[in-house]
Amino acid sequence: MSTITMANALNQALRDSIAEDENVLVFGEDVGTLGGVFRITDGLTRDFGEDRCFDTPLAEAGIVGFALGMCLTGFRPVVEMQFDAFAYPAFEQIASHVAKMRNRTAGKVTLPMVIRVPYAGGIGGVEHHCDSSEGYYAHTPGLKVVTPSTPADAYSLLREAIADPDPVVFMEPKVLYWSKADLELPATTEPFGRAAVRRNGTDVTLVTYGPSVPTALKAAEAAQEEGWNVEVIDLRTIVPFDDETVVESVRRTGRCVVVSEAQGFGGVAGEVAARVTERCFHSLEAPVLRVSGLDIPYPAPKLEHTYLPGVERILDAIARLQWDDVPDLHHAGAGATA
Amino acid sequence: METTLAPGGVAAHLLPSPRPVQLLDPDGSLAEQPTDAHHYELPSAERLLHVWRGMVIGRRLDVQSTALTKQGRLAVYPGSRGQEACQVGAVQAITERDWMFPTYRESVALFTRGVDPVEALTLLRGDAHCGYDPIAHKTAPQCTPLSTQLVHAAGAAHGEKRRGSDAVALAFIGDGATSEGDFHEALNFAAVFSAPVIFFVQNNKYAISVPLAKQSKAPALAYKGIGYGIRSEQIDGNDPAAVLAVMDAAVEHARGGNGPFLIEAHTYRMDAHTNADDASRYRTADEVSAWLAKDPLSRLQTYLTAGGHLDDAGVRDAEQEAEERAADLRDRMNAEPQVDPMSLFDHVFAEPTPQQQEQRAMVQAELHAESEEQA
Ligand SMILES: Cc1ncc(C[n+]2csc(CCOP(=O)(O)OP(=O)(O)O)c2C)c(N)n1
Ligand SMILES: [Mg+2]
Repeated sequence: MSTITMANALNQALRDSIAEDENVLVFGEDVGTLGGVFRITDGLTRDFGEDRCFDTPLAEAGIVGFALGMCLTGFRPVVEMQFDAFAYPAFEQIASHVAKMRNRTAGKVTLPMVIRVPYAGGIGGVEHHCDSSEGYYAHTPGLKVVTPSTPADAYSLLREAIADPDPVVFMEPKVLYWSKADLELPATTEPFGRAAVRRNGTDVTLVTYGPSVPTALKAAEAAQEEGWNVEVIDLRTIVPFDDETVVESVRRTGRCVVVSEAQGFGGVAGEVAARVTERCFHSLEAPVLRVSGLDIPYPAPKLEHTYLPGVERILDAIARLQWDDVPDLHHAGAGATA
Repeated sequence: METTLAPGGVAAHLLPSPRPVQLLDPDGSLAEQPTDAHHYELPSAERLLHVWRGMVIGRRLDVQSTALTKQGRLAVYPGSRGQEACQVGAVQAITERDWMFPTYRESVALFTRGVDPVEALTLLRGDAHCGYDPIAHKTAPQCTPLSTQLVHAAGAAHGEKRRGSDAVALAFIGDGATSEGDFHEALNFAAVFSAPVIFFVQNNKYAISVPLAKQSKAPALAYKGIGYGIRSEQIDGNDPAAVLAVMDAAVEHARGGNGPFLIEAHTYRMDAHTNADDASRYRTADEVSAWLAKDPLSRLQTYLTAGGHLDDAGVRDAEQEAEERAADLRDRMNAEPQVDPMSLFDHVFAEPTPQQQEQRAMVQAELHAESEEQA
């Protein structure tokens, strides 16, 4: 066992994938000599050569389109978008081509590519460096959307993403890059489509993913002191979605709060809330609430703590789950909208 | 558009000089002019003095900004050191009625433009996304998504023309960003609509860690103009006289109704990409010190001093003003401003949506509860 950060785990997953499969290639902006601005590709060019890990011209549409072309010749590209908001130039390629190719060609052309996206905030980044863009991808059929919250999952899910026959948007919570765990690599965790119960509880289910998992766990600890026994579910893969684990938990607890850092309106949290309501209506003691980012552009660093859904907002939402049968939906309002 | 048929190719008048235009050599002497280059007049000593003074002040404020970053006063700072001739010279060649489209790199250009340094640094300080009034300064917010600002510049230039004004737009961009699709779309739009925009590429040799050789196989980035029908030039970007002279020609070209102009300025980023970057991972100390010898500020100072346009008293006077402005910047940046969380909802729409109003009430209630707790 050794202490491993999420960044180390991702780097090792890339290394092991490159070593095991000669078709795996890593490319993007600054991923070569520099090792990426977050050092996720550190040392890959040095250790495996320019053929396996290389810098490209600075053009995201080009990177993703080029990767698609290489897939046609049997390669398995793992490309890096430097930051969430800098993947937008590639959106055309992703939404119109990467996501649709298998469908358009009736399965004759498949795209085993991984698009790595460092995402979300909480690191004091200036504008365009903190977007939670998972909703755009999750809303696009044909893309798997994966987001680890632990070093073990970072390793295992990235290995699985690279081995997957379909395109995977692999969303890495920047704020967790330096989070640590005692771990032996290689590690294999649950496969795609399986959520993880990070904390068992009986009174409320918090459903969350990515950067919000540690916050939800903190909130669960704090709730314990107030007498609520909170279960925390980490989705791990947004697409495919694990209805089974979520539904089993909410039917048992009867209450559910969805926590996500992304803006709430039209987002993944709303999808989760709808699915839970559709499947657990008769078990629910209270409406499913959402605690999410405010519906504003991600703010400047000095105000990000006001934007981010924190422990207090989660506790507040839990408190509003009709414990004494008094509906109080209008108490604090949105960010946690009924 | 008239096409000159020249031996070796069509539209030769669009092509840049074969080597970067240089009027002052690195030693501060008048550079010999090759016969195959476009000809540019040396700007007057008075204007060069003005550029020099702007560079003295710009560099001092840039160094101050780097120091403030080390003290934790700025979230991040992409330095301009080494690129002052480009930023000061280009901005001094346009007027207040013209537009400017800066990137994150252009702090010195903003200082030169007359934007209060504290306002210019607001983005990087982390208080707000833009600290100055873009309309009042005719200066767009500093742009981070690379190359996207160029299309805006083309549109603004075209808009001015449609309004009957003779204003032009000056748009900055880096070498790496010329690989983005928007660079090419902007050049094409500007050319097709004959928009009076000057695309000013500061080729500082790196896009973070990626050297130009991995970015482009063009003989020089200035050659990218001809494919769009755009008159182009390449210059020694560390020669303030060349920057000013070629910018003058570009402004005259654009203002005169001849459409866009592309300038590639060969320069060098003396500091790391930002304070968060470790440049030793991708370039050698020798390479950096070789560029010190081509310093744009000392080059012009030597020329002006040798020609009797500048004396010790003049140098002291400019340095004193630079010190005063740096001290003012330091003092004002050391005062921690109060950023009001309630302002978060102010400017998303003219009218907040009902959902935003609910969220606003929630934040208000939270702040209220917090202040009760503290009381
Ligand atoms: C669309 C987009 N992709 C990636 C980035 C991340 N990024 C910021 S600066 C930079 C390098 C830019 O290099 P260059 O254009 O040469 O300008 P310089 O920083 O050297 O002035 C990169 C890749 C970005 N800001 N926008
Ligand atoms: Mg550059």
